[in-house]
Amino acid sequence: MEYSIFVLLLPMIMFLFIGLLQGKLKGQSAGIIGTISMSLTTIIAYAVAFDYFFSPESKIDGIYQKIVEYNWVWLQLTENLHIDLGILLDPISCMMLVVITTVSLMVHIYSLGYMHGERGFARYYAFLSLFSFSMLGLVVATNIFQMYIFWELVGVSSYLLIGFYYTKPAAIAASKKAFIVTRFADLGFLIGILVLSFYAQSFSFTDLTAPGGVALSSAAGVSFLGASAAAWGLSLIFVGGAGKSAMFPLHIWLPDAMEGPTPVSALIHAATMVVAGVYLVARMFPLYIDAAPEVLPGIAYVGAFTSLFAAVIACFQSDIKRVLAFSTISQIGFMIVALGVSGMGGHDGLGYMAGMWHLFTHAMFKALLFLGAGAVIHAVHSNEMSAMGGLRKYMPVTHITFLIACLAIAGIPPFSGFFSKDEILSACLEFSPVMFALMAGIAGLTAFYMFRLYYRIFWSTPTDVSHHTPHEAPAVMYLPLIFLAAVTLVAGFIPFGDFVTSDGAVYHIHINWTVATISIVVAVVAIAIATVKYMKEKSKAPENPLNNVGAFYRAAYRRFYIDEVYMFVTHKIIFAYISRPIKWFDRHVVDGFMNFLAWGANALSGLIKGFQSGQVQQYAYVFVLGVIILIVIALAL
Amino acid sequence: MDIPMQCYLLVAAVMFFCGIYGFITRHNVLAMLISLELILNAVNINFVVFNRFLYPEALEGYFFTLFSIGVAAGETAVAIAIIINIYRNIKNIKVENLDNMKF
Amino acid sequence: MNFLSLFVLLPLLTLAGLWLSKNLKQVHAVAVTGASALLILTVYLTVDFLLQRAAGNTAEMLYTASVMWFEPLNIHYAVGVDGISVSMLLLTSIILFTGVFASWTIVDQAKEYYMWFLLLTLGVYGFFISIDLFTMFMFYEVALIPMYLLIGLWGSGGKEYAAMKLTLMLMGGSAFLMIGIIGIYLNSAPEGGELTMNLLEISKVLIPMEVQRWLFPLVFIGFGVLGAMFPFHTWSPDGHASAPTAVSMLHAGVLMKLGGYGCFRVAIYLMPEAANELAWIFLTLTGISVVYGAFGAILQKDLKYINAYSSVSHCGLVLFAILMLNQTAMTGAIMQMLSHGLMTALFFALIGMIYGRTHTRNIDEMSGLMKVMPFLAVCYVIAGLASLGLPGLSGFVAEMTVFVGSWEHTDMFHRVFTVVACCSIVITAVYILRVVGKILYGEVENKHHLELGDAVWHERIPVVILIVVIAAIGMYPLLVSDMISDSLVSVIGQLAR
Repeated sequence: MEYSIFVLLLPMIMFLFIGLLQGKLKGQSAGIIGTISMSLTTIIAYAVAFDYFFSPESKIDGIYQKIVEYNWVWLQLTENLHIDLGILLDPISCMMLVVITTVSLMVHIYSLGYMHGERGFARYYAFLSLFSFSMLGLVVATNIFQMYIFWELVGVSSYLLIGFYYTKPAAIAASKKAFIVTRFADLGFLIGILVLSFYAQSFSFTDLTAPGGVALSSAAGVSFLGASAAAWGLSLIFVGGAGKSAMFPLHIWLPDAMEGPTPVSALIHAATMVVAGVYLVARMFPLYIDAAPEVLPGIAYVGAFTSLFAAVIACFQSDIKRVLAFSTISQIGFMIVALGVSGMGGHDGLGYMAGMWHLFTHAMFKALLFLGAGAVIHAVHSNEMSAMGGLRKYMPVTHITFLIACLAIAGIPPFSGFFSKDEILSACLEFSPVMFALMAGIAGLTAFYMFRLYYRIFWSTPTDVSHHTPHEAPAVMYLPLIFLAAVTLVAGFIPFGDFVTSDGAVYHIHINWTVATISIVVAVVAIAIATVKYMKEKSKAPENPLNNVGAFYRAAYRRFYIDEVYMFVTHKIIFAYISRPIKWFDRHVVDGFMNFLAWGANALSGLIKGFQSGQVQQYAYVFVLGVIILIVIALAL
Repeated sequence: MDIPMQCYLLVAAVMFFCGIYGFITRHNVLAMLISLELILNAVNINFVVFNRFLYPEALEGYFFTLFSIGVAAGETAVAIAIIINIYRNIKNIKVENLDNMKF
Repeated sequence: MNFLSLFVLLPLLTLAGLWLSKNLKQVHAVAVTGASALLILTVYLTVDFLLQRAAGNTAEMLYTASVMWFEPLNIHYAVGVDGISVSMLLLTSIILFTGVFASWTIVDQAKEYYMWFLLLTLGVYGFFISIDLFTMFMFYEVALIPMYLLIGLWGSGGKEYAAMKLTLMLMGGSAFLMIGIIGIYLNSAPEGGELTMNLLEISKVLIPMEVQRWLFPLVFIGFGVLGAMFPFHTWSPDGHASAPTAVSMLHAGVLMKLGGYGCFRVAIYLMPEAANELAWIFLTLTGISVVYGAFGAILQKDLKYINAYSSVSHCGLVLFAILMLNQTAMTGAIMQMLSHGLMTALFFALIGMIYGRTHTRNIDEMSGLMKVMPFLAVCYVIAGLASLGLPGLSGFVAEMTVFVGSWEHTDMFHRVFTVVACCSIVITAVYILRVVGKILYGEVENKHHLELGDAVWHERIPVVILIVVIAAIGMYPLLVSDMISDSLVSVIGQLAR
């Protein structure tokens, strides 16, 4: 599988090519070139995944092995520690290759229509290529530092793409926020790497995730503030993952990131980059199990809380992309919970498998939802629900595909979301009944808010009818929708356990019908409520959505004021009580001291200079006096 | 009539201190110049006296005095030229006004 | 004649050429020729150095030569280079070359300007090739004086104040330094024998501990002032803000590196025992520098002030890493010097070009420049990304090496300061993105700015060169990191003595 290198090379070359020549590329050419190259990348990625999963070389005794295809030393740090760049193939990286290239290709095609005629069209495609390159590099990383490198690169691509409409103040603020919040989380990631690599004396995943936690054996007995070194390292790494995957309380950047172009939201902020945190935990999973199993339940609780929190907020948002953003946060919470409740190997590893599967299915249907939302926004030129309604007559393809995605995310069989969510719920049930009840409830909430969204877009009558008659999106935009809808229809029937499991051995998936029945009933009830409430709704979203509503509604609409808390902490505390005093201190105390020295020298010379009066007779007088004094002294001696 | 050396020295000393007193107290630059001449001549007298009384066979004292007189003449010429120029510039020759060289 | 002496001779020849040139065209021609010759010479030196090392020449310094200069005090003109000096020479040549183009728009007394500029680089070159303390100190002073005139005559704003402040503070530092050097000289033969100024010879003897204990702080502070160590950094914001573009580039890019290089070459190399004992004091100060500079930059309004405080933070990291006293961190320190030199020069070049168009450096008075001058704006974003440590650009490599090296220390003190230093990468992101968001993005608010043009050829050359070098180091760091790391073996040996 030496050709796997082209998966990385093609997008990188495309980035440099389009990026450097963007002024010269006229019209659609940048997009077409980018799309062709992405198609090639996709084909190669599929071939790599196919080769990996079906060739006998990748399995030993029926267990998938990690294959290090390339590994170059990039920077030698200490005797043992060196940052390498390379390609690591294993079940999750191959699965991610498929997910990323598929969604990326769909977004490339879709954008040909969506971004048509935009200023900076070539720049957009250059950034898309940069993102694809970085994200692919992240998933095939052979060592944790390579992952960190590409982790930062996806952060920057995300920054550049969110701020694509750089004249819009909201987009500028959102891109800055996204970068700084994730950067803050990356600080945790970096320190986590430093801690782990110090004890493991290696960055390589092969060494770190060696069975039995041998990598951290030298850290045994080392503890800090009551937790072991391994627990610290792994928790800090999870902080990095939580930042990218928008876990509470680091989720604040993701809703704002919706200021970017909608296809970008589909690619980066729904399907690929935001699941990097999940991927990171999955990548380090053996180490979590072996070295610090006490961290995993904590991760599960963070995931569950985030999931609930985001689902509640999603029920009250009026911007359709914001609803989808909170839904993404909530669904990532599901994946994190699945990993958190999982064990290692066989049936214990159900959560791991389920989390990965949900990652896969979610990427497809959430990309579909975003692209569908993009088609709607393209048609009505607004993000607000109040501008929409009754669109099913005008946009049949978008309508049907959107419905399929909604059913999938709500967990209705036979759509893909049902299967993966069912496995997650089963894993939760084995962890604790409370967790199961909570997650099932969140699944119900999900069904409710998704159908609220669906009905408000496609059924109810619009309040604000100022726009012209909407029309269906062009073919380049609805073909990707159809493709993704098809994937959503069949993905549930993939025997996922044959490919991706916690230990690489085959696990036969069987549906736990008790769990399935409960989750279907919950979903159907939630959909029914949404149907009654929103299907025939006439007037929605009053002028000010906050008039005549309860305090809870108001708080949820305002996303529970978390952003305000952050603004308060950064501006009112850090800027006002750290930066401003430092600025003052520097100018007045430190520099003041230097100026004081200068002033002191000046003042001293002011005292002395009076001696040089210019009066000749005074000089003579002093001279004579001096001579007399010297003579007196000489005589006295 | 032999006048003792002390008498000469006494005269020279009186001249010297008169000169210094004059130099420090007079406001007129010309008067200061005259005081300066007094000091110089007091020194000249000392040279001659020491030569005459202590080393009668040597001549260095006399020569030195002659040089000194010559230098004094030149110095006076330059000084008076300067004083005239000062007068032309500031219309008086008070020494308090000549403090341009301070600081 | 020794090959390295060309580094002193070529600037001298260029100076002579400048003196003889009649008009602006000739001045430019001579300056470009001189700078190119020096650049070529440095590249040749680098290649030859690497070849010699590859051929197994393991001498500590290559191309050494020593000529007696003043017999009674045993002062030599002694030169020699190792991997660290070579990388610094390379940095100097690149900045000089780009700086010549960045000064293209100076027409007022251009001849004198370029002459002082060349004299300054002569001092810098001389400093990096010297291995005799006296020669080193002399070249150091040669590099400092032209700065006064360059800022005082060709600067802007409160230039007289800034020039005076900068010169006085740096001179104050060199006073400490001179005492330190004389102290080292007097103790260079504790067991009898001839006193010497030669670095290599002094490194072989053990300066008595009680002497080291007070000489080390003197030398470290002396160089630390130039390295903008807290609390001796305040010359930097004022000086940079007033200096003309190319002088800021050279100053922040190269001259501040003299401080780091000196701390490393004189303070630590010659007095390793005191370094081991007293490192914690300076580690505290430099650790403060790192975050203090970053926080200080957040609320500044003047682009050059922002960058000057950012330099305080980045140069603080250089000294911080040197004081970690292990091979990895020190490699990181030298790479950070290189990286900071390049990217800060890029920053100052771009700020100068933007200022030349908008006539303001206040970030509140600019917006939407991305639309008006896309080339400069994109380059500014790249410089910003390099500064906040984006992988693929040089800053990342240097910072990560420093952090991994610092983490090698297991005690709580070092760990805490490493974490504190790591925090600076977040704060850096805050102030960089703030500036980028304010001045480059958004709509153009000042209508006059709509008529401004993008970069012209003599502005594109330095910017492109600097970006290419930054990206080259960022993408293939092994080239420099190996060269530097190999040269550190002797220092590490000293420290373990």
